[in-house]
Amino acid sequence: MTEDLDWMTRANLKAKGKRPDFLGDPEEEKMLSMLMAVIGEVSVLRERLDTVERLLEAKGTINRADIEAYEPDREAGQERGELIREYIARVMRGPHQALQALEEFEPPVQDVVDELRDS
Amino acid sequence: MSKIDVAPPYTAVSRHDMFPEPRHDEAARFDFLANLNKFLAGTLGPGNKLAYDKRVLPAFVKEHGREPKDRFEIRHAMNADPFHSFWSALKRNSMEMRQQNGRAMVLRQLDALDAKAESLNAGKDTLELNPDVDVPRYQAAVDIHCMPGSYHGEERPGDVSAGANYDCGLFATTGGALGALNDGGGQALVEWIGKERPGWAPKRILDIGCTIGHNAVPLALAFPDAEVIAIDTAAPSLRYGHARAQAMGATNMRFIQANAEDLSRWADGTFDWVQTTMFLHELSGKALPKIIAEGYRVLADDGLMLHVEQPQYSDDMPLYEQFIRDWDAFNNNEPFWSAMHALDLKDEMVKAGFGRDELFTVGVRAVVDTDIFPEAPTGESEDHGRAAVWNAYGAWKNAEAIQEAAE
Repeated sequence: MTEDLDWMTRANLKAKGKRPDFLGDPEEEKMLSMLMAVIGEVSVLRERLDTVERLLEAKGTINRADIEAYEPDREAGQERGELIREYIARVMRGPHQALQALEEFEPPVQDVVDELRDS
Repeated sequence: MSKIDVAPPYTAVSRHDMFPEPRHDEAARFDFLANLNKFLAGTLGPGNKLAYDKRVLPAFVKEHGREPKDRFEIRHAMNADPFHSFWSALKRNSMEMRQQNGRAMVLRQLDALDAKAESLNAGKDTLELNPDVDVPRYQAAVDIHCMPGSYHGEERPGDVSAGANYDCGLFATTGGALGALNDGGGQALVEWIGKERPGWAPKRILDIGCTIGHNAVPLALAFPDAEVIAIDTAAPSLRYGHARAQAMGATNMRFIQANAEDLSRWADGTFDWVQTTMFLHELSGKALPKIIAEGYRVLADDGLMLHVEQPQYSDDMPLYEQFIRDWDAFNNNEPFWSAMHALDLKDEMVKAGFGRDELFTVGVRAVVDTDIFPEAPTGESEDHGRAAVWNAYGAWKNAEAIQEAAE
């Protein structure tokens, strides 16, 4: 471990250069950055759990050093990648559905309600 | 069903002796980011074009009575579109997370990394640092690609944090497309030159803007009898890069802290091969022609100049594609990216002294172990700005005249 350096806070150093305004509200920008970090950390926890499950299945008992040393083989690597891919698709449902909504014009549901009432 | 397209696991990255040792969760963070970047580019990315075609362009035409005249007008209009702005916010966050995650891993073990670099670098005359070399304004104005401290930052004097952070995170932003050693670009050059000039054995190679030398090490290993000079202005990257090259057995490389705008320490015609890889876009309007001209001067007759870059914008490239390729310029701290890609590099090389008929352009795709690492996607799913698919702008200096004289 690095001595004489508060590496945990230094890891958060901001890059020099004004950050673009994406969402029109600095509070929203910060909230999104926190949400994205949590989304990442949930993925990390899930991957760690997958490691524990695989090691237990293979060995019966494990310790933390086993977890640190674990490296998936080709098949396990693919399976873990698929877990992450599915997880990302699930949490990104909102923007993904916004994309799908762009693909065809959809009238407001009120219009459909009116149409069905009268037809 | 064919194999589902996912990023390879971070643990498949080869660890040379200088590479930071990832803990389980640190590797898992890069696994997440590599797959997030694939999703943002491949799945959500095409939504930007859809938003443009379906609402941004029609609204622009309605307001102005004409189509956008350049990529900048498209950018201003797209930045107001909710799909694009949210996509950009997600992408910016993934870049920032990559930096935070890489720095956390590197700084946690910085004592050990510095000690490793010290032992690999000690007593070697192949690392020449020169504190009189200033960091040029184009490297210091902002931190390039949102990398805190850029290539030259130090957490404490003499450290390797910048180089180690750069090396450990290339995997995440490219989804593994640069291969196990992030050297798919250099491997591609080796493959290309082997076909282009079988049996050619350059004696001296100059790699300008080498950062951590990851693009030049494959050349040094492919041409063990050549001396490969790798220069950069950033000492922390050079310290790491030299140690990395030593660890990989590329002992015929010399890392020198120098600014390529002035190569006067080398006589005319010193090198058989002068090259840059993904470097020209990190310069400035005045530095770029100076560096190409100096490169021309130190290049020997019948020598090769090669610049590997993302494709240049031309009149043939649709304005929308120019706009989306420009994303990094404004959102990922690449301030010369836009202007550089609008240059005609062939004109720049002619101004430096090449004959127009000596110039060539060739497509280069990262060469990786495709059993494990993905080939970089192109087209709609391409991750513009970091796809491991490039154009090489090259020329053989006075080659025809030399060959005619020999006949």
